[in-house]
Amino acid sequence: MATKSAGGSDFLNNLGRVYGIYTGGFLAFVVLLAVLEQIGVPNKILGYLFVFFTLAVYAIIGVLSRTAQVSEYYVAGRSVPALYNGMATGADWMSAASFVGMAGTLFLLGYDGIAWVLGWTGGFVLVSILIGPYLRKFGAYTVPDFLAFRYGGNFARGLGVLVLVACSFTYVTAQIYGTGLIASRFLGMPFELAVFAGLVGILVCSMLGGMRAVTWTQVAQYIVLIIAYLTPIVILSTKKYGFPIPELTYGQAIADITAREQQMLAAGLATVANLKPHISPFINYTPLNFFAIIMCMMVGTASLPHILMRYFTTPSVREARQSVAWSLLFIFLLYFSAPAYAAFSKLEVYTNIIGADVSALKPWIFNWGELGLIQICGKNAGSIDAIVAACKAIAGHPGVVRLQDFVINTDVIVLSTPEIAGLPYVISGLVAAGGLAAALSTADGLLLAIANALSHDVYYKMIDPNAPTVRRLMVARVLLLIVAVVAAATAATKPGDILAMVGWAFSLAMAGNFPALIMGVWWKRATATGAVCGIIAGFGLCLFYLVTTRYFPGAGVQYFGMTSLLNPATGAPLVDIAKAMALPNAMESFPTLAHPLANKVGWFNLTNIACGLLGAPLGFAVIYVVSLLGKAPSAEMQAYVDDIRKPRGRTVLDEKTA
Amino acid sequence: MPDTKDLKQREEAHWAKTSRLMFMHLGVWFFFGFVIHMFVVPLNKITVPILNFPLGFYMAAQGSLIVFVVMLFMFAKQQDKIDREFGFAEED
Repeated sequence: MATKSAGGSDFLNNLGRVYGIYTGGFLAFVVLLAVLEQIGVPNKILGYLFVFFTLAVYAIIGVLSRTAQVSEYYVAGRSVPALYNGMATGADWMSAASFVGMAGTLFLLGYDGIAWVLGWTGGFVLVSILIGPYLRKFGAYTVPDFLAFRYGGNFARGLGVLVLVACSFTYVTAQIYGTGLIASRFLGMPFELAVFAGLVGILVCSMLGGMRAVTWTQVAQYIVLIIAYLTPIVILSTKKYGFPIPELTYGQAIADITAREQQMLAAGLATVANLKPHISPFINYTPLNFFAIIMCMMVGTASLPHILMRYFTTPSVREARQSVAWSLLFIFLLYFSAPAYAAFSKLEVYTNIIGADVSALKPWIFNWGELGLIQICGKNAGSIDAIVAACKAIAGHPGVVRLQDFVINTDVIVLSTPEIAGLPYVISGLVAAGGLAAALSTADGLLLAIANALSHDVYYKMIDPNAPTVRRLMVARVLLLIVAVVAAATAATKPGDILAMVGWAFSLAMAGNFPALIMGVWWKRATATGAVCGIIAGFGLCLFYLVTTRYFPGAGVQYFGMTSLLNPATGAPLVDIAKAMALPNAMESFPTLAHPLANKVGWFNLTNIACGLLGAPLGFAVIYVVSLLGKAPSAEMQAYVDDIRKPRGRTVLDEKTA
Repeated sequence: MPDTKDLKQREEAHWAKTSRLMFMHLGVWFFFGFVIHMFVVPLNKITVPILNFPLGFYMAAQGSLIVFVVMLFMFAKQQDKIDREFGFAEED
């Protein structure tokens, strides 16, 4: 690219040094704050310093990488080396839910929670062998670009945009929600204000420099988030087991947990009904749902536009493949540590809280209890007096904490580990900065995916194909701003379902995108009509199942033959359908989660998170049948597919427009 | 035109080999993503030496993940080799 500034390639040649200095600088900053803490600077100031310093760095990177070039804006000039694209993808991928929530889920669900760990890693295998490199060779700016080219025009493009917006918007709302949560918890800001403060951080990066700025910011954010995630647990592992690799030492913790579970049962601290042994499978999910979730998360990974578009930025198809491998390695570092967090926390809770006298609990519990995140005996564990009173009120309470007395919010597991390990506040601040980096980086990538689809696919390709470059980029930025503000406004209302919706996004992407993308590359005979029908049928069925089971459960039972899901441990129905249908609110539309039927009905005992398992096979079948009924695609199109399959040569889009 | 015929043949042979590699990796992926976890209960009776993990739990929490990472690096190498063999690889 002749117009690339000398500064740009200087930067690319010195990436290792730039990010090396950055990492060193960040560590020095953490040490500096640790010193400040020792000389008595209050925690709140340390928290603010952490957040504002990291936000400022991201903003500076965003400003330095601003661009006015279309290919820089959409695909970072296709110049991001495999390793760095891997890091950026890691940050893009790991959201607030992964960073803060994953370990908590594993704490609560034990073995069954690992479905999420497996599902959110194995999908990259599919990205690499089935889709990513081929889309890179095709040379698209967005995923709908490919659908439009392969499947004859703007109808397919429109469907692609619809699927993209459906699965990205709820996801980005959840990230902004996560930003607000972390900022409000650590900085004591009001939640609504924190949401919009986080928004500014997101916008500075993505508005000015598009994909280029987001890429280099995400690399910086990955470094912060992985240091923040691993530090507390490495220290904890060293303290407890004298060995700094927690992923290897937590096997002992699991053995201890299993032994302690038996003790608790024997001592009457837990009952067989409420104790869920940590390593026993299929207590929280039936085997069908366990594997269905794994499948949907994996295939969803390979269909989510904000992930696929990261592989459009590599210099070559070869590097796109290597880049997927690097991505998974960097993601793996966090995901294989999450079960260690869960095990250490659980051991701490089981040995030092369960069975302890209610008047002798450790003080860290009350910090979280005050916020309503830990409850003991049914009341927020704000102080010793409060829980002593609460437990006294329970008839026949023995005065020690039993398993059924103790309720913990899943977010607390990662956030409280520094306190459990007795580490200074600076480590807690570090964890908050890491959580923030995770939420911001994912939000950046998602916002960019949505805004790019709207500006490139809808505005440029469908509305005004003659728009000059300057106006295209202007529209892209304005749309980015609008989408961001709408997402933040949605997040500020604290929608109740928001975290569940992240799971839905995977299934929707799987049902809407996967069959059409796969068949587009791997089956030359797939026709435009076939693909369009397949997308509508697959995505439609998945959406129908989600919406009906969640928002119209009564109608689902009445008209579509849905039955109650079954309790995985006992096999009994979750609700008595006949009784629930007799209630006056049975047919209510858009009920709250408290509705007796909401999320509790379905077909084949399949949870609605896994609705992609219904939609995707239908999509494949429809594409196959409808394609065979029609005429084969033109010889020209088949030749293009051949071109996509060979890494050598120019991108297919370039060739066509040249 | 012998040239296009030759190209056609090379394309087909290249794609046949690529597909074979794809199915092979898909098989490994399916085994470590799903099949092995169906046997978690019997596998949990075995303990990983030194580390003390029950094997079924270990495979889901770490073992399969390690396999995925390694196989992706291998796949990148193998596919590149196939591309080079048929002259379809990008210039270095």
